Amino acid sequence: MWIYEKKLQYPVRVSTCNPKLAKYLIEQYGGADGELAAALRYLNQRYSIPDKVIGLLTDIGTEEFAHLEMIATMVYKLTKDATPEQLKEAGLDAHYVNHDNALFYNNAAGVPWTAAYIQAKGDPIADLYEDIAAEEKARATYQWIINMSDDPDLNDGLRFLREREIIHAQRFREAVEILKEERDRKKFF
Amino acid sequence: MKQMPKEYYELLEQLQAVDFALVDLTLYLDTHPQDYQAIQQFNQLAQKRKHLKKQYETLYGPLQQYGNSYSNYPWNWDDTPWPWQV
Amino acid sequence: MFTTRKQYHPYVSPFDPCHPICTKTYVTPPNLYIPFQPPNLPQFPLHEALKKGTLWKVFYDPYYGPYETAYKGDIQ
Repeated sequence: MWIYEKKLQYPVRVSTCNPKLAKYLIEQYGGADGELAAALRYLNQRYSIPDKVIGLLTDIGTEEFAHLEMIATMVYKLTKDATPEQLKEAGLDAHYVNHDNALFYNNAAGVPWTAAYIQAKGDPIADLYEDIAAEEKARATYQWIINMSDDPDLNDGLRFLREREIIHAQRFREAVEILKEERDRKKFF
Repeated sequence: MKQMPKEYYELLEQLQAVDFALVDLTLYLDTHPQDYQAIQQFNQLAQKRKHLKKQYETLYGPLQQYGNSYSNYPWNWDDTPWPWQV
Repeated sequence: MFTTRKQYHPYVSPFDPCHPICTKTYVTPPNLYIPFQPPNLPQFPLHEALKKGTLWKVFYDPYYGPYETAYKGDIQ
């Protein structure tokens, strides 16, 4: 089971009320390479992967939920108390008429999240390569959002999340090495 | 209007720092289960986080529930602020 | 050591209407160069590790946007 912890993984701050940045950020909330897709991808794949890497998929999948909460916090803070007028200016008028100020699992273009974003081939190597690709795509998405953002506090949090993608990709690469069973253990330990 | 004091943010960040090292070490140990030194560091930090958790919860209420934290009277699990509100 | 930024120079046609970007940059993150992390790599102090998003220095590869001034010490 999962136990919720009443704190964020990282102290999230944003500088200004800026619904436009929230619109971009939603890509990492309900987009193809976002945090929801990541969490569900890994936590679903772990049932059909060799025992040696189940722990890793479980732990990275769990960390992704912490990142999902960070993205939600950023969106919440960027749009909190924003008027319908401000949301309209930010291009969130279509979102507003459907959801008011609620968050929703869709991407920056408003396309709702779909399970088609995540793969589970049942082949351990195919699935781990999918995970490595997902981490690199998420890293790239954070770069493009940082490029669009002039909010230094927001970028500080986004840089943390981007760095985590690098670490996750590293661990998934190591998982592939473990499954190859050809590592000269002496060389590494 | 209820507002959290400066000390709250400082203690929270201390806890976040220790917990972050524990997360990163967890992922490392998932692929390096034989690294004795890393496991020693992990266990030392786990002890440190236990103390910090107690200190935090005494001042600001439970971090976890379902019985993983004690409760005051009245029930204080759902007291504000929630993580995204601070 | 390795570098985590690479450049290339795309072909520019006289019939490209947008102002040409003559040098394009892409990222090759540290994980590409470390096939399996060796033990006892240097770590950041705890508080710095949280701020940087990694406990191990070798993986630290920050990215700054065009609106930010990069801190000199952070550039690899």
